[in-house]
Amino acid sequence: MEISNLTKKRIKEHMDAGKRFDGRDLLDHRELEIETGISINAEGSARVRLGNTEVVAGIKMGVSEPYTDHEGEGTMITTLELLPLSSEEFDYGPPKIDAIEIARIVDRGIRESGMIDFEKLCIKEGEKVWTIFIDIYTMNDDGNLLDASALAAIAALMTARMPKYDEEKEKVAFGEFTKDPLPITKNIPLTFTFHKIGRSIILDPRREEEAASETRVSIAMSSDGKEVKVNAMQKGNEAAITPEEMFKIIDLAEKKYKDSSKDVFEQIEKNLKGKK
Amino acid sequence: MAYTKRPDGRKFDELRKIRAQVGVIPRADGSALFAFGDTIAIAAVYGPKPLHPQHLQNPEKGVLRVNYDMLSFSVTERKKPGPSRRSQEISKVTEWALAPALQINNFQNTVVDVHITILQANASTRCAGINAASLALAHAGIPMVDLVSAVSIGKIDDKIVTDLIKEEEDYEDGEGATDIPLAFLSKSGGITLMQLDGRTSTKKLKEAIEAGRAACKEIYELQKKVLKEIQEK
Repeated sequence: MEISNLTKKRIKEHMDAGKRFDGRDLLDHRELEIETGISINAEGSARVRLGNTEVVAGIKMGVSEPYTDHEGEGTMITTLELLPLSSEEFDYGPPKIDAIEIARIVDRGIRESGMIDFEKLCIKEGEKVWTIFIDIYTMNDDGNLLDASALAAIAALMTARMPKYDEEKEKVAFGEFTKDPLPITKNIPLTFTFHKIGRSIILDPRREEEAASETRVSIAMSSDGKEVKVNAMQKGNEAAITPEEMFKIIDLAEKKYKDSSKDVFEQIEKNLKGKK
Repeated sequence: MAYTKRPDGRKFDELRKIRAQVGVIPRADGSALFAFGDTIAIAAVYGPKPLHPQHLQNPEKGVLRVNYDMLSFSVTERKKPGPSRRSQEISKVTEWALAPALQINNFQNTVVDVHITILQANASTRCAGINAASLALAHAGIPMVDLVSAVSIGKIDDKIVTDLIKEEEDYEDGEGATDIPLAFLSKSGGITLMQLDGRTSTKKLKEAIEAGRAACKEIYELQKKVLKEIQEK
């Protein structure tokens, strides 16, 4: 989104004084709402709201051939569509780089954290494995679609059930579900995207703030209960960032993960129990 | 088994043999080849030139446009020709990595096209591509405030390793492999590219950034050397 230089300047001045237009502290998130089971035909699904930003994610499973270098493991494909209904800036057509980048960062966080035990998704080694399709759609863009998308994806995965597999026909029996959850481990990733605006480093920008952002760093982290690990990172946008600022962001991310992970996972779990 | 020795016998902080050459594509306004061992990248720069279609033009400044792709036979299993989601993302992050070094604000309504092609791949292709592109931009005489140098740092098991090869990227024992491509502005020291996938503690991550900074200084010296040589010719 293009905003006027005057607005950019005002945002910067505000932030230099530690303030934001909506009254939040620089590292505060907006109110988070997670709702799971929003679609009966999906294996798993979730809606995430961060303030006015809203995304939905759904899980579908398919059967396909494994990759030749990982013959005993299932596969995963993450896509994201920036739906034109969610912003006047989005157009129809094949995904462009903005959508591709978000999907790939979400994908890497999940893949590298070990949240999914891919070996358990093997049906017949070298021939047939399960493929997890994570499809994310934006419903309303008010900034920080990336962190919201990452949350929607993990919530949908955590709630998903395996579909029935017809062994005789060697096909998925679509529409029939087992009671088994997906092979999910404890290493569930959370993604935090930090933005640098003037001298300030902020989290969870609204649309205007995002437009004033000079550079951003996304960090996906997970923990096995002992130590917090960084699983995926990406620096985006044109401005350079000093190594010292990067160190600060890494420390902030670790603190944020420790402070908020319990609440977020509890919110998803609570939602889960309410549905079953 | 702990990771104590690299497959190609290098020290943990040792770069592969670097080959850098400027002016490999005479037709282009600027061009360069950059190789980390078996990984070979070629970059060509065309522009600044009028940008078409016209609606893409920026009346306030020149536009940098990067396209990265691999040749179908540059990897062991044939890569389907044409752009992929991966190559589109790498093109974009490469654009961001190079942009802070350029001063093209006075070239309104024009584009500087950077085409990066990977001839042969053994990991670190995006970093080789950035190094080649940085050289090619300087060779094309585009006004620059700095050079950009890039390197991939890895955490293989519990070791911080400089300039990964494919075999290291695929390492699965112990703590496995974490791949961290980094690019720095040579003089100001700013980070212009950073990606990561794998599993690492924040402490090790900071060590990796320091290792990247050190390696990029070495790469910068080599880049400077080849640019000076061409100037003297």
